[in-house]
Amino acid sequence: MKKSDQAILKVTDLHKQFDQTEVLKGIDLDVYPGEVIVIVGPSGCGKSTFLRCLNGLEPINSGRVELNGQVITAPGTDWSLIRQKIGMVFQNYELFPHLNVMDNILLGPTKVQGRKKSEAKAEAESWLERVDLLEKAQAYPRQLSGGQKQRVAIVRALCMSPEVMLFDEVTASLDPEMVREVLDVMLNLAKGGLTMLIVTHEMAFAKAVADRVIFMDQGYVIETNTPEAFFNNPNTERARKFLNIFQFEGVHKVQ
Amino acid sequence: MLDSAISIFTSGRNMARLGEGLLITMRISLSAVGLSIILGIPAGLLMASKSKFWRFVLRFYLEFIRIMPILVLLFFFYYSLSKIFQINLPATFVSIFVFTLWGTAEMADLVRGAVTSLPKHQWESGRALGLREAKLNMYVIVPQAVRRLLPGVINLTTRMIKTTPFVFFINIPDLVKVAQQIVELAGMRNNLASVWVYGCIFLIYFAICYPISLFSTYLEKIWQT
Repeated sequence: MKKSDQAILKVTDLHKQFDQTEVLKGIDLDVYPGEVIVIVGPSGCGKSTFLRCLNGLEPINSGRVELNGQVITAPGTDWSLIRQKIGMVFQNYELFPHLNVMDNILLGPTKVQGRKKSEAKAEAESWLERVDLLEKAQAYPRQLSGGQKQRVAIVRALCMSPEVMLFDEVTASLDPEMVREVLDVMLNLAKGGLTMLIVTHEMAFAKAVADRVIFMDQGYVIETNTPEAFFNNPNTERARKFLNIFQFEGVHKVQ
Repeated sequence: MLDSAISIFTSGRNMARLGEGLLITMRISLSAVGLSIILGIPAGLLMASKSKFWRFVLRFYLEFIRIMPILVLLFFFYYSLSKIFQINLPATFVSIFVFTLWGTAEMADLVRGAVTSLPKHQWESGRALGLREAKLNMYVIVPQAVRRLLPGVINLTTRMIKTTPFVFFINIPDLVKVAQQIVELAGMRNNLASVWVYGCIFLIYFAICYPISLFSTYLEKIWQT
């Protein structure tokens, strides 16, 4: 673990409710620079909501989120500035359908950050090359496969030079043969030292990429552990039960 | 027979007057369409927004305009306003104003429909990139809404062009009014005058509106990519 520096993201006692239902019941988490945190848990455990609270897509009810020591959940936060530092990729292919790949990527750097188009374009091209999509720069989203769209969405977020990236089940709506190409991109980013929070159901990937695994259930963090310990021998009964969902008993009984 | 038909159009300034009438028709309808689009987009964005106040105000405005006959609005702003406030608004101004009042309401509703039909994650992914509301609308929401709007806007444009003859009730010599005057005069000598003149009007309206719908088909095609 790379726990040497000060936390880049510090979450303290985060509560969130929708109407009467409390979906996050006091989450604490410190994320250190370069760390890859994978959040797993059953559907409806609050893991996606948790990510969305971190960049202000969901307002929180109480608690605190700090980015580099600055409290970003205080009133009057300029979320536009925060979201440039905390990038996010979603489950649904959320490229802008009326813009081609390059224009999708350039929108943030040029219109939000006011960077020069030529310089932003050069960066975009080098990222596209790294995810094997340079030849698709002029293609429109509807001409791409799901896996290609998600790789573009990742590049689009990266071109804002975020300090932290949030991935919200980015492979959940992909056909199985496309999951790999997206996960490979994320593995490479992890190797490159990017700080990431990943919500996923891909357990093998979680094991390979995570520095720390967080298991959530019913709005609580139940277990925080190293990937080796979590997947081989979890501390809690609930985590054990959850992981059993991914195991299958053989049909063919041994005589 | 054809000679007598041609003579209707060549006699006096008939041809020029029809041209002037056409110009008036086009000026009123196109100004109103243009203003309606400009005003209707922000109004429609407000109708699709979270603001209860604006949603209520604009919904009321839309329903009011929809149930009110255009003719009543024209008469009200041309005749009644001048009685109350002692102001005489030029008839052309009143007609552009009234048609814009109507067009803005219709346009706003079209924009609202187009915007609310966009998937919610288009807003979220724009926000996640740090786009603020104004730029989010300008670069992400409005361009996509415009593509969905197109059939409705074309429909509104041709409806407006077709509705402009109402202006002759406030004494504007538009295309139909001029035609009627010509028919009245020529009809004394040529009892087929109405066939020729109104037939000609028919073709003129077709010649204006058909290219508009061709243009919309063309745009739909190139926007598909």
